[in-house]
Formats: sequence, structure tokens, C-alpha cells
Amino acid sequence: MTAATLSRATVGDGGVTQARVVRSEWTKLWSVRATRWSLLVATVLTIGFPILASSIISSHWGSRSPHDRLHFNPLDPALIGSQIAQLAIGVLGVLVISSEYSTGMIRATLTAVPKRLPVLWAKAGVFAVVTFALMLPSVLIAFFSSQSILSRHHASYSWSHPGVARAVIGAALYLVVIAVLTVGIGTIVRNTAGGIAAFAAIFFVLPPLMDVLPTSWNNAISQYLPSNAGRSVIALTHSAHNLRPWPGFAVFVAYAVAALVAAAIVLRTRDA
Amino acid sequence: MIEARALTKDYGDKRAVDGLSFDVRPGVVTGFLGPNGSGKSTTMRLILGLDRPTSGHVTVNGKPYREHRAPLREVGALLEARSTHTGRSARNHLRALAQTHGISNTRVEELIELVGLNDVQKQRAGKFSLGMGQRLGIATALLGDPSTVMLDEPVNGLDPEGIQWIRTMLRRLASEGRTVFVSSHLMSEMALTADHLIVIGRGRLIADTSVADFVARASKDIVRVRTPTPEKLAAAVERLGATVGHTDDGYLEVSGLKVEAVGEAAAAASVVLHELAPHQASLEEAFMDITRGELEFGHAETAEAAA
Repeated sequence: MTAATLSRATVGDGGVTQARVVRSEWTKLWSVRATRWSLLVATVLTIGFPILASSIISSHWGSRSPHDRLHFNPLDPALIGSQIAQLAIGVLGVLVISSEYSTGMIRATLTAVPKRLPVLWAKAGVFAVVTFALMLPSVLIAFFSSQSILSRHHASYSWSHPGVARAVIGAALYLVVIAVLTVGIGTIVRNTAGGIAAFAAIFFVLPPLMDVLPTSWNNAISQYLPSNAGRSVIALTHSAHNLRPWPGFAVFVAYAVAALVAAAIVLRTRDA
Repeated sequence: MIEARALTKDYGDKRAVDGLSFDVRPGVVTGFLGPNGSGKSTTMRLILGLDRPTSGHVTVNGKPYREHRAPLREVGALLEARSTHTGRSARNHLRALAQTHGISNTRVEELIELVGLNDVQKQRAGKFSLGMGQRLGIATALLGDPSTVMLDEPVNGLDPEGIQWIRTMLRRLASEGRTVFVSSHLMSEMALTADHLIVIGRGRLIADTSVADFVARASKDIVRVRTPTPEKLAAAVERLGATVGHTDDGYLEVSGLKVEAVGEAAAAASVVLHELAPHQASLEEAFMDITRGELEFGHAETAEAAA
């Protein structure tokens, strides 16, 4: 058996297409153990934490002050899991590309797809769709199970309560944008530690840093930070210094698009 | 067919590839020879479009690599640096790359069989030995049944069995009519596998010739002589057009004359000889000789620039 005689029938003759690169990235995503674990953890946390949190709140409901009961937002425990899942999604978004640079896989990838950009679109697209497909059911399960636990104290929201459906679906959309944004960050930074540090800095370090600014500045600027703009779609109530849900989400999407465009430019022009 | 024209690549202020022009023709094994750090890997990265040339250009089968619709069907490459995700199995690695070109899983199974990775195909590539990694790299290179196969230092670090396997594979690929472009820093390895040679040093082209010509040109005859009166002998052979060098251990090295002619010249000049022996330069020495001039020239230039 030689390489030539075995090949003619099975090798085909097609070229690179965007759809084929998407298939390839789908295979890549699921064929690494770290990915499967991260997505499992994100799913379990998104569903598990709200059930745990609402159970604890429910069992201690009697000891809550009237004031606390009045200001209790039943959506808070329902979406707490997705706040934690953003860490897993963000880290995985960086890893989707940075692990290719750290292992050298990127050379094989870019040799197979030398036009390069189809790889970026496929990575961001596949990871965004997977995130949405896992996180939308997760937040829905989290919402309905936590509200049913809280309903015995009449401290729950129904799906038809104004803003609830938007906030719950918004929590899944928020995670999808994080997925795209972090694939962009990973492509720009090309390094796992650096990419995760950049993600953590933007989402967890920058917001509290704003508190050192004079209040008027803080109020004017903070609402436009990626994390705050993005979370406005998850929040039920909005202060005067918060963007409205969909304008805020649009700002968040704009950040992700900007990161992806910057990633596309550097991926095209840099040596691999 | 690979055509490089005035190919130049700078990294910062270091010039890695310097005005390289060469053709790699189909149907023969072309060796790409040069010392470590001479720019072989960079040249291959430029051919694959992984790096962009500072100036000049290189095409594969008439087009820049990245403009091909199905690049893996034009060139299959094994790079020296590892190009696999350590956490992914060999089979999934091949499948993911095959899918970019719509190549079937059947083809992947056949290649796993061909390179002998059946037993370990589900293991993570990060656990592979160097030899297994090279086999996976060869399978990757052959995915698209390419007409050109390009391998960067394929035998580096392999055990004798692995080296034998690679050599056999190279000959088989060439016998199937493919263009095989294989780099090495070992002249002896090239003499065994290559038909044609492209030799570079410090990023510059030194030779573009058949292996036989290169060996003939390089291995000029030297006669080593030991005598109590070296000056007398040197004068005698230099009159006959030979050049004479002195070795550290007290020998004269006469080049340009056959051993018989040196002996006759000594007799005619009544020079006493203690030792007289022909010395055929080994391939490694020949290669070193030819590249040395280039390297020293380069060093001198660097020194001038630094001064």
C-alpha cells in the first residue's frame, strides 16, 4: 500500500470553505478535555447555584426583616449562576485560540487555512453558538426552578412579569457576547495567561477602580464599561446612571465587535 | 514546483533570509542544506505563508501559497517545531485538519494505518514520543495527497529506527512522482536521500546543484605530508602550482596535486618524508569548508558594522 494508491478514492478534491472551517473548529472544540470540563462546569454552576441560593433564602425567609423582604429581588438568586459562569466562558474563550499558540497547533491551523480569517470567524461563531445553546436552557431552568422554590413565600416572579423574560434571556445573550469578546482578546494577546489577565482586568478590576474617580465622573463613565453596559440587559431596575437594557447591550456588542475586528487585523498581518 | 525570488526576511534588525532565489523542481528529492540557524525553517515558513517576506516573493505551483483554494492539496508540510495541540488525540487532530478541505475520515484512517499509529491514535498527542510525533506530522503532511511534500529536519532527534522509517518514506514519496523538499543540517543525511541540493548559509544561497556535483566540488584532494624540512617541500610543490597549508599538529596539507606527484616532487628536491598520505575530505568536512567562507564573510561584515 502506498500513499498514492490508497488516496485517490478517499481524498476528494474540494477546497477550503467557511462551512468546512466551521466543522473543523467544531471538532477541535469538543476534542479537548479542558473544553468539555469548562462547559460542564459552566452549565452546572448556572443551574446549581440558583437552586442552592434560593433554597437557602427560602429556608431563612422567616428570619428576614420586613425591609429585606420588601427589597428582595427574586431575579438575583435566579441569575447568580450565570454571573459565575462568565468566568468559565471567558477563560475558555481565551483558550480556544491561545492554546493553539502555546502548543504550536496554530501553525497547522494556518497552514490548512492560510487566508486565516475563516478560522477566526469559525472559532468565534462556533463558541458563541455552543455558549448560547448551553446557557439559554441553563438560565431558563435556573429561573423556573429558583422561582418555584421561592414561590411558597410569594417572593417569586412569573415569566410574564415586566422585564423578566428580557433579563433571563439577556443573561444568556450576555454570556454569548463574552464568548465572542474573549475569542477576540485571545487572538490579540496570543497568550493564555495574558489573555485571561486582560479579561479579568476588564470585567473584575476595572469596575471597582472607577470608585476612585469623583462621583460625577464615575457616574458618567462607569455605565459605558463593557461589564456594566452588558449587565444592564440582565438588570430589572436601572438607576439614572445606568444605560437602558438594549442600548447598554448594544454598547457591549460594540466592544465585542471592536475586539473581533482588531483580532482580524492582527491575525491577517502578523507572522504566525 | 516551488519558486523563490529574492526572498528576504528580517526579524527586527536581524536578517534571517537574504535574497534567496531558487526553484524546487518536481520529480526529485531536493535537499535544503545549511547549518543550524542559517534560515532553512524561516524559508519554509515563508513558503507556507506563515511569515510574510520583508521583500521578494515565493510561489508554489505558480501561486502564493495562501491564494490556493485547497492549499493542503498543493503542499504537505512537516515543520520542525511541534504543530499539534497536546490535549487532542492523533485521530481528532487529523480529522479537524482534514475537515477544512472536506477530506473524508476514511482517508484519515488510511493515513493512521500508513504511518503506523493505529495503537495510539486515541492517545493525546502531548504524550507522544518524538518519533510518534514525526509520524503524526507525516500523516498530517499527506492528508491532501499533495504533489509537493516539504519536511523540516525530519530526522532530527529520532532513533535509528525512526530515521530509517523517514528515509524509506521519503524515497517512497519521491518514487510516486512527488516533489520532495527536505531540510537538514547534516550533509551525510542529504547525500543518502537527496538528488539535488540547495545549500544556504546565513540566509544566503551558497549552492544550487546536484548532490554529485556538490560532493565533487567540495571534496578536493588533499595530501598530508610530514617532513623535517617543510619549507623546502612547500617551495617544491608550490612551483608545480599546488597550495600548501600548515596544520596545528605539524603536517603540511598540499592541495592541487595528486599524492604521486607530491612524492615525486619530494624526491626531485631530495626532501626526506616521514609520512605521505592522501586525504579525502568527508562530506561533513566538505560542507563545512564550503559554508565556512560564507560564515566568515558574514562575521567580518557583522564586526565591521559593530565597529
